[in-house]
Amino acid sequence: MKTLGIIVVLLFGSLLIYCTLDFPPWGDPQAPASMHVSPRYIERTMQETSVPNIVTAVLADYRGYDTMFETVVIFTAGVACFFLLRIFGRIESESRMYRHIPTGITLRISKDAEPPRESREFERIDLAWVPYDVVVKTSCRIIVPFCQLFALYVIAHGHHSPGGGFQGGVILGASVILFAISNNMRLSFTRISEKMAVLLCGLGVLIYAVTGALGTLLGSNYLDYGALSRLFGVDPVTARSLGILFVEIGVGITVMAVIITLYYNLASAGRHDEGL
Amino acid sequence: MTELLPIVIAKLNYWAYIALMMIGLYAMIAKKNLVKKIIGMSILQTAVILFFISIGAKKDATIPIIVHGHEGGSHAARAAEYINPLPHVLMLTAIVVAVATLGVALALVIKIYQQYQTLEEDEILTRLQDE
Repeated sequence: MKTLGIIVVLLFGSLLIYCTLDFPPWGDPQAPASMHVSPRYIERTMQETSVPNIVTAVLADYRGYDTMFETVVIFTAGVACFFLLRIFGRIESESRMYRHIPTGITLRISKDAEPPRESREFERIDLAWVPYDVVVKTSCRIIVPFCQLFALYVIAHGHHSPGGGFQGGVILGASVILFAISNNMRLSFTRISEKMAVLLCGLGVLIYAVTGALGTLLGSNYLDYGALSRLFGVDPVTARSLGILFVEIGVGITVMAVIITLYYNLASAGRHDEGL
Repeated sequence: MTELLPIVIAKLNYWAYIALMMIGLYAMIAKKNLVKKIIGMSILQTAVILFFISIGAKKDATIPIIVHGHEGGSHAARAAEYINPLPHVLMLTAIVVAVATLGVALALVIKIYQQYQTLEEDEILTRLQDE
């Protein structure tokens, strides 16, 4: 298999290198890739959508269908991961572990005994428990809110600077994962439950589809945000910019929720009981 | 040699991506461990992403965000001043889809491990024959 692999790779690689000889040189402004559609995007985006970031305008407006079904693809990936891995109705173990937070003492309580009441002093931990680390917890507690604030900035400011729904959604998801890693998974479920994460996956796609359908309801094509101008009482060009913002918010919510769902299911192999 | 050098300089980045792509392809063909195959897939995806981004580059052009665009768009944009935005759009979505496919691939790998207690391809095949 190894020799066969090397032969295939060498053949294929040399063929590709031979093909690159016909390529235009790097950075050539006259390259065929830059000659056909992209000049129109660059020259007309500002008049048609009033969005300075051409990438955002092309992503959410000119290629709106592509992005919508791209969002559906990642939604499907999140749901597929859920269905592949999630295990329901696991057997309750013989004893449960609680940690007394002020002293750090771990209590093992048998199944029938009464557990301590849920309070700030006791937290339930799993048998494969994560060590209690003040430094990691505190530093992550400081980082996470700024992470999320930055993510919201990236989504909201995607019209004017590099950013948008995909990037902001990934940062939001990463902040929740950071919280789950630095504390434990049980605590992150109290912040964003599994049900919430899966529902948000669908909500983002729904926001996108409804924004597109609003165009149809207002007498224009699907995903034609110019029709939203009557709804908001602005000119069609500003309405396009607003439509792009709604769509980006939908994308951001889906990406965040999918990243969280993937983490919840992958990190615990679907049992949802222990941190990493 | 002096004739060859401009060609090498003009194509060097493409060759680097092809090398990266071949590393990924080789890992997917020849490695027996399923996680290594997935790493190979990720390397291949990265090579494709870099290749597309490289196509979008233009000399003496800046990122595709119109300068002074927030002042109402009086500034007429010329195509030669901004790099091609289209590969960036395509790869932006491709990166997120790569993450999604990676997640599903890892989920399948976890299931396979739960079933066979191994990730080595040949061991899985022998266990399949034993059943």
